Amino acid sequence: MNQIIEVKNLTKKFDDFVAVNDVSFSVNEGEIFAFLGPNGAGKSTTIKMLTTLLHPTRGTVTLDGHDPVRQPDLVRRTFGIVFQDPSLDDELTAWENMEFHGVLYDVPDKLRWERILQLLKFVDLWDRRKSLVKEFSGGMKRRLEIARGLLHHPKIIFLDEPTLGLDPQTRNHMWAYLKELNKNEGTTVFFTTHYMEEADRIAQRIAIIDHGKIIASGTSAELKQQTATSSLEEAFLALTGETIREEAATSTDHLRTMRRVWRR
Amino acid sequence: MKKIYILWLRQIKRYLRSKSRIVGSLAQPLLFLLALGYGLGGVFQQAGQGSYINFLTPGIIGMSIIFTAIFTGIEIIWDRQFGFLKEMMVAPMSRLNIMIGRTLGGATVATIQGLIVLAISLLVGFRPDHWSGLPLLVLFMFLVALLFTALGTMIASLLNDMQGFQLIMNFLVMPLFFLSGALFPLDNLPRALAIVTRLDPLSYGIDAFRILLISAGHYGLGADLLVLSTVTVGFLWLGSYFFKKIQI
Ligand SMILES: Nc1ncnc2c1ncn2[C@@H]1O[C@H](COP(=O)(O)OP(=O)(O)OP(=O)(O)O)[C@@H](O)[C@H]1O
Ligand SMILES: [Mg+2]
Repeated sequence: MNQIIEVKNLTKKFDDFVAVNDVSFSVNEGEIFAFLGPNGAGKSTTIKMLTTLLHPTRGTVTLDGHDPVRQPDLVRRTFGIVFQDPSLDDELTAWENMEFHGVLYDVPDKLRWERILQLLKFVDLWDRRKSLVKEFSGGMKRRLEIARGLLHHPKIIFLDEPTLGLDPQTRNHMWAYLKELNKNEGTTVFFTTHYMEEADRIAQRIAIIDHGKIIASGTSAELKQQTATSSLEEAFLALTGETIREEAATSTDHLRTMRRVWRR
Repeated sequence: MKKIYILWLRQIKRYLRSKSRIVGSLAQPLLFLLALGYGLGGVFQQAGQGSYINFLTPGIIGMSIIFTAIFTGIEIIWDRQFGFLKEMMVAPMSRLNIMIGRTLGGATVATIQGLIVLAISLLVGFRPDHWSGLPLLVLFMFLVALLFTALGTMIASLLNDMQGFQLIMNFLVMPLFFLSGALFPLDNLPRALAIVTRLDPLSYGIDAFRILLISAGHYGLGADLLVLSTVTVGFLWLGSYFFKKIQI
């Protein structure tokens, strides 16, 4: 099968700190791939290197045969991304944010307006399309980012914790849409999440990264088998340990981990 | 083309929506015109230099353009902080075109701001010699705006956060303004000051404004055009060079 993402010995250092440490993996074309790991494991940093935002310290990456460092323009044509952190223009309306994105990605006028209508209805923001984004709640902003990420149909779509702060309705909707896209257009989906049941349900293959190194990969069943556990969450904890990562952990992440530890 | 247009449009929309910014950025030029224009008017006239308001207005137009232009260029830091820069940086569009779209937008905004100051100055007593230079004036205003938006973009590409902003205002924008001949005539200056004003690109902009509005200049329109366009091209080139290197 054709490998649409190939990563070899990828390393990223920030000064002396090694955020991503000699990572190698590949993703097949048309695959739904989950990239899991505790806070500060290096997931977002890896995604930034795949999507031309950061230059690797060492190692090579190819996306659909192109190198993000040497052929950034070609690479940028192949993917779409929903970032972990906010990336909307607060001073523009919901509709203007969508329109801006659609134009930058060469979606033809008619198709663009059709999709904007469809997607804004889909995330339940059509009635608020003329409101400035700064008037939106956190969840509404997140929904808009998801809608925007789905506006152009790229070959690869990166989703960095897309469901963070989303209600179950929108979450289910979003995954249904992505599965459709994956089936009909063969879109490769590369996502991160801290919800293990979500990864279990959606991903065809999983890689687990911790302290900048990939420590396991395979299907959910393989990971469970390897660790002799019955759920992906247990497998994840068996592989990454129970300690809380101090790096970049938000208070909700702490709470989540605490609860997890408490229950056992 | 369409992509450049939508980046331009974004700058314009953001400008039109920030009413407080528009009002705030007009208060300062008005204060300068009233306090300096009338405060120093008598002295200026006695020295045989004619009306100070007439002399000062082109300088204050230059001031509002440089402030607005550098500010819109520097807005990239905001975009970085609020995350929108990421959205632009992963778009399939050349970095040069992103920079061009933004810079054209910022320069348009700064030109509009300059024109509003011109209108205000008429209310407080400015009387131009003639209006025939107006089209050329707008062109020169746009050129000056372009130059300083590109400079702002270049600086913003090198900064990571707002920490350096005050530094830039105090050590770059203020000196550029005060040493440009906006407030005083360029003739018979002490040698050191004469050299410094010659190195300040804003001098040539304001000189052109004076020629076109009150028929009094120092370097001549041709020299102004040459210097301004050369420096603009230089800053645009440097700006896109640094912009390309941004990592997030
Ligand atoms: N620009 C930067 N400068 C210095 N250190 C950084 C930078 N970006 C990330 N790091 C560090 O690199 C490590 C990996 O960060 P990264 O954002 O990739 O983690 P993550 O796996 O996405 O975590 P999370 O689940 O919290 O999103 C962290 O320790 C972080 O503090
Ligand atoms: Mg992350």
